[in-house]
Amino acid sequence: MKKRIIIGVCATVAVILALTLVQALVVPKYIDNPEGLLVGEYYSEAGGHDVIFVGDCEVYESFIPAVLWEKHGISSYVRGSAQQLAWQSYYLLEETFEYETPQVVVFNVLALKYGTPQSEAFNRMTLDSMKWSSSKLEAVKASMTEEENFLDYVFPILRFHSRITDLSGDDFKYIFNAKKVSHSGYLMQKNIVPLTEEMDEGRNLRDYTLPEGAMDYLDKMKELCEENGSELVLIKSPTNSWAYWWYDEWDEQVREYAEENELAYYNFIDKTEEIGIDYSTDTYDAGVHLNVYGAEKMTDYFGNILKENHGLSDLTHGDAVVAAWETRVKEYYDERNE
Amino acid sequence: MEKVIEILSELHPDVDFATADGLIDDGVLDSLDIVSLVAEIDTEFGVTVPAEEIIPENFNSAEAIFAMITRLDEE
Amino acid sequence: MLFTSYGFIAFLCILLLVYYIVPKKLQWITLLVGSYVFYAFAGLECLVFILFTTVSAYAISMLTHKAIIKENAYIDANKESLSKEERKAYRARAKKKRFRILLVGLVLNFGVLAVLKYTAFAVNNVNTLVGLFGAEGFSIPSLLLPMGISFYTFQTMGYLIDVYRAKVEPEKNPAKFALFVSFFPQLVQGPISRFSDLGKQLTAPHKFSGKAFTFGLQRILWGYFKKLVIADRVLVAMNTLLDSPDEYKGAYVLLLIILYSVQIYADFTGGIDITIGIAEAMGIKLAENFDRPFSSRSTKEYWRRWHITMGTWFKDYIFLPISVTRPMMKLNKAMAGKFGRVAASKTVAYIASGVTWFLTGLWHGAGWNFIVWGLLNCLIIMVSESLEPTYKKFHDKFPRLMSSAFYGGFMSVRTFMLMGLVRSLDCYRNVGLTFSMWGSMLTFKGMGEILSGGIFKLGLTAADFIIILCGVAVVFAVSKLSARQSVRERLYQRPVVSAVLCGLLFIAVITFGAYGVGYDASQFIYNQF
Repeated sequence: MKKRIIIGVCATVAVILALTLVQALVVPKYIDNPEGLLVGEYYSEAGGHDVIFVGDCEVYESFIPAVLWEKHGISSYVRGSAQQLAWQSYYLLEETFEYETPQVVVFNVLALKYGTPQSEAFNRMTLDSMKWSSSKLEAVKASMTEEENFLDYVFPILRFHSRITDLSGDDFKYIFNAKKVSHSGYLMQKNIVPLTEEMDEGRNLRDYTLPEGAMDYLDKMKELCEENGSELVLIKSPTNSWAYWWYDEWDEQVREYAEENELAYYNFIDKTEEIGIDYSTDTYDAGVHLNVYGAEKMTDYFGNILKENHGLSDLTHGDAVVAAWETRVKEYYDERNE
Repeated sequence: MEKVIEILSELHPDVDFATADGLIDDGVLDSLDIVSLVAEIDTEFGVTVPAEEIIPENFNSAEAIFAMITRLDEE
Repeated sequence: MLFTSYGFIAFLCILLLVYYIVPKKLQWITLLVGSYVFYAFAGLECLVFILFTTVSAYAISMLTHKAIIKENAYIDANKESLSKEERKAYRARAKKKRFRILLVGLVLNFGVLAVLKYTAFAVNNVNTLVGLFGAEGFSIPSLLLPMGISFYTFQTMGYLIDVYRAKVEPEKNPAKFALFVSFFPQLVQGPISRFSDLGKQLTAPHKFSGKAFTFGLQRILWGYFKKLVIADRVLVAMNTLLDSPDEYKGAYVLLLIILYSVQIYADFTGGIDITIGIAEAMGIKLAENFDRPFSSRSTKEYWRRWHITMGTWFKDYIFLPISVTRPMMKLNKAMAGKFGRVAASKTVAYIASGVTWFLTGLWHGAGWNFIVWGLLNCLIIMVSESLEPTYKKFHDKFPRLMSSAFYGGFMSVRTFMLMGLVRSLDCYRNVGLTFSMWGSMLTFKGMGEILSGGIFKLGLTAADFIIILCGVAVVFAVSKLSARQSVRERLYQRPVVSAVLCGLLFIAVITFGAYGVGYDASQFIYNQF
């Protein structure tokens, strides 16, 4: 009997190991859509940042920490991900505070338009590479669409096992270490696809109220920052596309919220001339997102704001931090000028 | 008892029913044979075999069949 | 709660844990509560129906039993004074009375089943009929069909008949009886158990046995393997074929027949493996429902080995009672005089078979396709029975052929294909369509297309088919091995091999199972956000 129990335990351990290996093999490697890797890259650089950005593509395509360091001496990280929803931003922030306490937290407000879980694919891209913590647990619970199952997040093999029949070389190559895709959370896009048709207004909506489900989490973010002594700054990145139209009615609500709670809110949509953004050269998808050239201008402009209005001038950093940033800046320009 | 063997032999002349003791289990008798047999028992012995008595134990050998008939007659 | 849902697996784990933690005396109560919780997941309104069956059957069984006790007491008391004839006459009268009580129970319960399951079908047929005369039909009511009602009704009615026949002592504790009706693993798809097998086991205390528990888990795992790796994967291609039958004629029908045979075998036997495995892990032995059916060499044999508990139910409670009813006996005797005994018995048996198979078909579903399916099975059995002497002559001529493995294999394949053909009636769901598909099959059109890659356009890739083939090969090998001795018993002697094989099986289920939402790469492609 004793022998059988030992064999049983050994077999169980072996099965768990084997399944862990299979799991590592079948989870998507996001080679063609690197947005899925952004969240997981944070952990190797966690700690000691002056500014943390949270939000959707409008943060990880608009702000370049390497440039913010080079031009303004501000150490930052972009915790952005594709279609990052308000509660995901909140839980990512909560997790971030476990690692560090930045002076300023920047949240891009576009996601406030979504009050309910949206899509499994985007959930996965944001949540799968998050490390397990109570923040992740809550983030998963808040994000799941009706068809999704919590267990599938705990054991991703249950969700992705069917990929076993169409594995590629990349699945083996990146089985243990994901490919590095970002520069401190910034995802570089070098293509230029000019905006051809200016948009004046978005399509009519039935209801312009920003959903409670999202605004509640804005509240929670505000409280979280207060507790940790960080300043929350709200921004809206520049864009010119009806698909991601930022309505005046929405802007008004955010503005009111900011005033009531004494938060700074910057809407950069109408500031493009001042920033120097030229939609014929500074976008990679006809006005939806900025490319690297637009993002550089945006970052520089925002750096000045941070310095002037949010007390981030004349920061001092340790030698190790400085050295690390020098490497990152070099890596950034290597890819940019490739 | 002889009468039972006689009836059985009419159904399967090639089987030695005096000794065979796995008539159902070995598949010698099928449901068709059973239907014949029940009708014959009714005619010859005046005993009605109800459906619940049609179980392998009662039909596995000539002896078992005879025992069942006797029991049903006595009840 | 499907067997293949996370919820069910969690439910099962909790139940097993509680089952072995509580004092032995309370084990059966755990099972009863568990069964009702399981059933409540199917919908609270379903509970009304199973409670109705439980209460009515309990009352009838008690009344019947009381009548039997009274009868026996009377006979005992008057042993001396009654002549044999008087005694028999009393017995007959008493039995008739008893039968009336039973009849109430049967009518009530089969009545509920009939109304819920067959009303729509009946109304449909009436509508077609009155439509012929230009009249307007009735609206078809939509009635709730409680989960497993066919199974628990049959099991419980079998019990009532057994009590009536004085074959079993009825269960006096209503809660214990409720467990017999509702025992959760077999609610969904059987097996249909007999009280004489299951009744006492359910309520007896069961000590934890490492061996029985392991065997149970192994069997459950095996069931999941069949269901998830094979059945649910094959289903994808089957659905493609069935969604547009006009497109997939000719050789595709043949493909469907083979795929469906594989699918239903893996799904049904797999489900039963899970059921029996769960019971086994609790120390309860359920009746086997399959005995390597696809190795059968004839239709008759096939029906002795496929869905056994249903077959024996129909035999014991429909076929045999019909065969020995008074009118049938009279018919038998009358014909025996004119046409000989064999012909007379054959006629009786065939009539009883016809009724039995008609009801078997109807039991499978409310539709003409199921009725035709039942009657076709009956026809095939009768024809092969009539041809038996011819076969025998042929086989006697070539004695070596009969014993050759090749010929045995041929007969098994023939039976497999024949049963598959008949079974396709429940795929197409429409008798006319099925017949026209069979007709088109004779042309073998599309064979070239299937072989030149058409088979991979049905929703399954080459890799999927490789997984299916490997799965089928494993199932086939295990089935062959288990013909002589239980595979698990043999493995039990070699714990290391057993552990390795079970581990591999588990990994295979998790990795190659066709469960959950299939991964759709396009869904995960970042589209402009």
